[in-house]
Amino acid sequence: MAGTEYRLSFERPIYELEARLQKLDTLANENPEARNELRRLRRELTDLKKRIYGNLKPWETVEVARHPDRPMTTDYLELVFDEFVELHGDRCFGDDRAIRAGWAKLDTYRVMVIGHQKGRTVKERQACNFGFAHPEGYRKAIARMRLAAKFHLPLICLIDTGGAYPGIGAEERGQAQVIASSMFEMSRLPTPVICVVIGEGGSGGALGLGVGDRVSMLEHAYYSVISPEGCAGILWKSGTFKEQAAAALKMTSKDLLKLGLIDEVIREPLGGAHRDHHRMASKLKLHLRSNLRELVGTPIDQLLQRRYEKFRRMGVFLDAAEAGKPQNGDGRDTTALAASTPGAASRAAGKQTDSLLS
Amino acid sequence: MAANASDSSSWKNMIKRPKRGVPEGLWRRCPGCQETIFRKEAEKRLGVCPECDYHWYVPARERIRQVLDEGTFEEWDAELEPTDPLEFVDSRPYCQRLKEEQERTGLRDAAVVGTGMIRARRVAFGVTDSAFIMGSMGSVVGEKLTRTVERATEQHLPLIIISGSGGGARMHEGLLSLMQMAKVSAALARFDAAEGLFISVLTNPTMGGVAASFASLGDVVFAEPKALIGFAGPRTIKATIRIELPKGFQTSEFLLEHGFIDRIVRRQDLKSEIARTIDFCGK
Repeated sequence: MAGTEYRLSFERPIYELEARLQKLDTLANENPEARNELRRLRRELTDLKKRIYGNLKPWETVEVARHPDRPMTTDYLELVFDEFVELHGDRCFGDDRAIRAGWAKLDTYRVMVIGHQKGRTVKERQACNFGFAHPEGYRKAIARMRLAAKFHLPLICLIDTGGAYPGIGAEERGQAQVIASSMFEMSRLPTPVICVVIGEGGSGGALGLGVGDRVSMLEHAYYSVISPEGCAGILWKSGTFKEQAAAALKMTSKDLLKLGLIDEVIREPLGGAHRDHHRMASKLKLHLRSNLRELVGTPIDQLLQRRYEKFRRMGVFLDAAEAGKPQNGDGRDTTALAASTPGAASRAAGKQTDSLLS
Repeated sequence: MAANASDSSSWKNMIKRPKRGVPEGLWRRCPGCQETIFRKEAEKRLGVCPECDYHWYVPARERIRQVLDEGTFEEWDAELEPTDPLEFVDSRPYCQRLKEEQERTGLRDAAVVGTGMIRARRVAFGVTDSAFIMGSMGSVVGEKLTRTVERATEQHLPLIIISGSGGGARMHEGLLSLMQMAKVSAALARFDAAEGLFISVLTNPTMGGVAASFASLGDVVFAEPKALIGFAGPRTIKATIRIELPKGFQTSEFLLEHGFIDRIVRRQDLKSEIARTIDFCGK
């Protein structure tokens, strides 16, 4: 997998140990003592990876999510799906390479896949604009979503973008408008929609493909209202506070699951998805398969009603009018301190901070 | 959202000059032409500069007085209050920031919603105040607007939302804020399916997550003249592409030219334009 020489600073102990292992490996054939040592070091390496990846700081998660070797949409198209047939263009302005769309098969399911693409080589990255999509990208996505719905194909969205592109052309062609339209359409798209944040979930650019019946994240992906650098620049007045901002924004999969904003966290292979594309792809496939099985066949009315309610519940606030009333789900259950964790005891009335969130 | 980047400077100004919006004294300097304007004169013209036609900032309550028939406004969900779900701390805790903003503006959060009459036509009405943490949308703004859209759907009322937001989605509530965009948009999709009429009015400034959700989803979209409207803030764009932005970039006139708004409507005409649109749609 090691396509690039890119190394994250907090992974240094891993690389050092791996180098030692490699050196020892060449000696091990003749020397039984070295073989024992080798076995010990291998165990140590596993422990080390577990320790480092089990305790990633929020900013380190962002670094992992941006790792250039991390599997991208096109990798998953190859490893998870069969027969991907790309459908280009928005029939209006152009073909944005930052968003890919097309038919694909997953087992026996025929599906539509739409995903952000960042690109791996320099040339590819430039062609994809580093995964920062323009309005034509979202317009292309909306057109393919409608196409999927027309033929009752489930829609799978793979989210991996730093954000929608901030530029002159993007504004001229209505970046705000297309993202709004995309959410609007997805919220009522009459077909199952499964969204997975596979790397970066950057703000509106991510949400533009992120309104679905299931929204999940890979373990070391992040999903945020603004990039940590952007947030630091505004609230701390300097980008150097990006680590603090990343922590404050609660952007990791673990935090967002607790907040009830995502449905599931898909575990990554030990040491992150960039270490083992195949294993990551098979985990993603498992996730998609089981969700497809649940969603396909659900009556559309029910599906849409649940999708609406899912997003309807999101939000945390105090409602003095509702506090003190008995809480027995009278239809409008966005009551005092309405957190959205399904089933969690988060709907307690009264003006107190939700224990779940503290 | 990215747009936040644009406007930390004006946000700073707001703290320094609480006068903005609640002018004291007899005179005010127009931010458009820098002329000193007799306050009464501008007020008579609904906060529009008599010299250069610049549309000044108008607080939410004042906006309600301007647009709705006198005494008809009945507020909904006034008791909703923001909280600090992430326990967010930057230069100071978000909960403290909220208290300060509440004291300074007299609002609980950036949105005021309710029902009222526009030239004797009953409407569901929402307005966001760009002075409250940049008019950014957190859980309360999202919830209030969603409830308003749902009530408009149930009661078959035309829906009017006047947006002013330099901040977009509110950073201090993290992803919860971003999800408000989806929540309001989903409610609007249902309103649309129920053949409801939604008139979105964009005022200076409407940026980021607000522009990229409900504000852009009107059946009819009006904008006040020379308002700053866009997805990413001008500073963010400048920092990304490192060239000077063209003059008039991201103004109402720019959007009209590029086909994203229906009409530019001067503040004096807003009420009658809304009433006329309602009549055309037979609502």
